Amino acid sequence: MTVVLFVEQCLNGIQFGLMLFLLAAGLTLVFGVMDLINLAHGSLYMIGAYLTATLTAATGSFLLGLPLAVVATAVIGMALEAGLLRHLYRRDHLSQVLATFALIMIANEATRAIWGVQSLPLNVPDVLSGSVEVLPGVGYPAYRLLIIGVGTLVALALYVLVTRTRMGMLVRAGASNRDMATAMGTDIRRLFTLVFGIGAALCALAGAMLGPLLAVQVGMGENILILAFVVVVIGGIGSVRGAFVGALLVGIVDTFGRAFIPATLRAFAPPALADAAGPSLAAISIYLLMVMVLFWKPQGLFPARG
Amino acid sequence: METSGTLPGARLERDAWWQRAAPLAALALLVALPPLANACGQEFYIGFASRVLIMGLFATSLNLLVGTGGMVSLGHAAFFGCGAYVVGILATEWPGKGELALLAWPAAMAASAALALLIGAISLRTRGVYFIMITLAFAQMLFYVALTLKAYGGDDGMSLARRSTLPGIDLASDVSFYYVVLTLAAGSLLLSGRLAAARFGRVLLGIKDNEARMESLGYPVYRYKLTAFVISGAFAGLAGALMANQNSFFSPNMMHWEQSGIALVMVILGGLGNLWGGMAGAAVFLVLEEVLAAFTRHWAIGVGAILLAVVFFAPRGIAGLWAQRR
Repeated sequence: MTVVLFVEQCLNGIQFGLMLFLLAAGLTLVFGVMDLINLAHGSLYMIGAYLTATLTAATGSFLLGLPLAVVATAVIGMALEAGLLRHLYRRDHLSQVLATFALIMIANEATRAIWGVQSLPLNVPDVLSGSVEVLPGVGYPAYRLLIIGVGTLVALALYVLVTRTRMGMLVRAGASNRDMATAMGTDIRRLFTLVFGIGAALCALAGAMLGPLLAVQVGMGENILILAFVVVVIGGIGSVRGAFVGALLVGIVDTFGRAFIPATLRAFAPPALADAAGPSLAAISIYLLMVMVLFWKPQGLFPARG
Repeated sequence: METSGTLPGARLERDAWWQRAAPLAALALLVALPPLANACGQEFYIGFASRVLIMGLFATSLNLLVGTGGMVSLGHAAFFGCGAYVVGILATEWPGKGELALLAWPAAMAASAALALLIGAISLRTRGVYFIMITLAFAQMLFYVALTLKAYGGDDGMSLARRSTLPGIDLASDVSFYYVVLTLAAGSLLLSGRLAAARFGRVLLGIKDNEARMESLGYPVYRYKLTAFVISGAFAGLAGALMANQNSFFSPNMMHWEQSGIALVMVILGGLGNLWGGMAGAAVFLVLEEVLAAFTRHWAIGVGAILLAVVFFAPRGIAGLWAQRR
């Protein structure tokens, strides 16, 4: 294992982890504060990526397309909350699973109807297509560095929002005991819509940033949704801090698993076995992580409920 | 949900005559379906009906877990896929003997039951949302393991050379296969009704209602839940084995979480905890899919809209609407 490869994989893991955090932060708040299992969270990520690709093509600039798409997705998210999901908060988890599963079906098919089955092109802006020397002799793509920068900034902003503002205090109160927060006179309805809008905006940001790296296509939301749920469960439902730690853990474990498990196995096990088991082990590493965390801490690493 | 009318065997008053006659009428209709379809030149519907029954069996096994035991699993496709892979692997590795239905199908059930024992033993330490997520995680692990099984088609899946064989019955014929599926589905439904009505089912209902109370009454709650999990897994495995035979094909997609999601949707659609819920849900879901697909390429939007309508207007599923008419 060379130092270059190690540094590169560390950065990749952090970059992926930060994007997972953007998804998981919204998911964990909706989950913890509104007690809503929102399977359609991944659909907002997909919609954000599609809108970014379309608006970037229309305006000719990624830097213009991205914020427009983020705002548009936030509006869509808030409309969805006010029109539909709001009525599910008091229902059991099963109804929520059924309703949001239905939303996934609708969102995927509507996307296919509007944009077609082909994946959309979304390229790294020219300015950022080069690479930057992070260590002497170690180059790293500038765009991925930008993702790390943006992810860190958003995480910091969220930290301030949740721990230092009145709104954040209400959100924390809601996550720890919703009924009590309502009884103390919090306008839960407006707060919920706002939280949902922020969650949708973060989804769109993640979709827009990851769009050029992964493919912008129907179904992109479901794969990452499961990872975001893993993050939320590892971190503890309702805890933004937990989501941050969980996201980085999952990002790094996943990246390192894919990069090093197959090679390591090849060094110890017979080649036939290593080739068969390596990729599986790498793919399941994060799920193993989650099972282990739940085995020892059934409420996740940072339980939010008091 | 725990009203007497929705639970098999829990009824104190007698059902109306037409409610007692309904299952027999449904069975008669299903028995008469192949000759009818042949007479109309619509053989396609025989295969379709087999698929409905198999998915119904799968959903019924999940209903035992979710509806009776209150254990919401989002990883039930793991056992479905496991059954399919056992049939596929036996047929590939051991041509001839491995294709005997009397060997391969029980083997599929046994393997799925063993898998369920393993997954359940760990997952049942958690509750509620965490249980949903941990079952999902296990199913995803198996999905990824199946993806990398290059010897069995990897992510493309693999075709079976032919269906399993039963002495005296030609399963290659869609009609005979349909009758075998119908027999197994009806048998499983009967068994699942007996289980729910027996002491075992009552204890599960009690656990669903109030776990702490059952615990303090001295019931070994964990063991009851694990037993239900294993039984449910075994029947899901049987459904998977049948589905691999129906399509002569198995692939990792049978373990994908969306498959678990669809099974859950079928159960909720049909009626949670109702004996007929799984079957009714599977039939309605697949028929909807088929009908809407005839009208538009974008049928999924229609199915989604109808599911939303069910959540808001028929929270107890189709079986709930049925029971309300009394």
